[in-house]
Amino acid sequence: MDEMNITSAQYVIDVKTNENIGILAVIDGEQKGVPLSAGNRHYDEIMRQVAAGDLTIADAD
Amino acid sequence: MSKAAELAALIGSQTALSNRNLIINGAMQVAQRGNTTGHTSGGIYASDRFKFNVGSLGTWSLSQSTDSPANQGFSNSLKLDCTATASVSSGSYLLLQQILEGQDVQQLKFGTDNAESVTFSFWIKSNKTGLVTVEIQHKNTSGTFFLRSSTFTIDSANTWEKKTITIAGNTAQDIKNDNSACFYVSYWLSAGSDYNGGTFNTSAWLESSGNTNTRVSGSSINFADSTNNEIYITGAQLEVGEQATPFEHRSFADELERCQRYYQVPTNNAMYAATTNGSSQIANIGVPLITTLRADPTASTLAATPTAWHGNSSGVSGSTNAPTLALSTQTHSTTVKMSISGFSGLTDNRAATITVNGLVLDSEL
Repeated sequence: MDEMNITSAQYVIDVKTNENIGILAVIDGEQKGVPLSAGNRHYDEIMRQVAAGDLTIADAD
Repeated sequence: MSKAAELAALIGSQTALSNRNLIINGAMQVAQRGNTTGHTSGGIYASDRFKFNVGSLGTWSLSQSTDSPANQGFSNSLKLDCTATASVSSGSYLLLQQILEGQDVQQLKFGTDNAESVTFSFWIKSNKTGLVTVEIQHKNTSGTFFLRSSTFTIDSANTWEKKTITIAGNTAQDIKNDNSACFYVSYWLSAGSDYNGGTFNTSAWLESSGNTNTRVSGSSINFADSTNNEIYITGAQLEVGEQATPFEHRSFADELERCQRYYQVPTNNAMYAATTNGSSQIANIGVPLITTLRADPTASTLAATPTAWHGNSSGVSGSTNAPTLALSTQTHSTTVKMSISGFSGLTDNRAATITVNGLVLDSEL
């Protein structure tokens, strides 16, 4: 129930630190900038789908 | 109810005289997302704070309606309109929920001998009549969910009716005390056997896991059996105690600010001061918040591409990417730092201005 349709996900990095700072994801047909933050419902769902093997987050360009 | 009876009820409820409605936007005044159509799946926020969930049960439009019960002081309702029909299958569901933060319902004292009952009252109107389930579900400190249901009946078609449900508090299990989704008030408008195939439970708090098929009455309506079907709801009020008191009308500004803790739309086409990174074609902006967000937000842009200007803007092209939070929000913070990737022509380390059309910050539960 309430499963989001996530069709792509890619990390965004801070180029000065090379650390991932967020995820650009297409969720229910809309591109969203998702923070790396537990408690954000989109991030929680991305990580749930990753853990279930249903989604892979691509590295940043 | 006479004024004297209303006062007696209020006093008898042993609850606060103001701020007693735990539901946000119960009068459906705020609808920041506007009217939407074509919903067949997923969780969609219709009127602010009210989450619509449909699965395998038709296609739905959601709108803010001006149809409301007469002489009750309401100007709006939430309208759910079936636009394509479906039969109920085992996994079907049609839900309307409000989800609350645990830290906002600690006054219920769940998990103690003094656990309070909750009373949920609302107005509803539909062309369909019959039984509808309302469920309260909460998460305890350990993260385990517990649920208990009740029902009401839509007696007369196309008639505004006020309904009241009281559910006893859970003395055995507490409510997690944080800003996460800990307390769910759900209208199970329709459901399949995955949710109503067991022995319907109204008499006890049960762990949600393992009791999924006891959540909904087996007599529930299929609201998706005709494109003529419509449901209107307003005046939703959840309060401590066993007594429903008159609806606590709040100002639009008050309700809007409460809603903006979860979803806010900064000024359209706002221009933000920025710094640029040429090698990565990223710009960083600081976005002032209208009010403190519940948690780090998801960002999206409703309409167009962010555009950048720095000194001589020739050769700079806009981005098609949504901003991404660059720095976690802090407790009580009033600004968020966002990064926008995907520009071209940016020069390194420039002061710049970025125009973002239709930025949305989403921190919903």
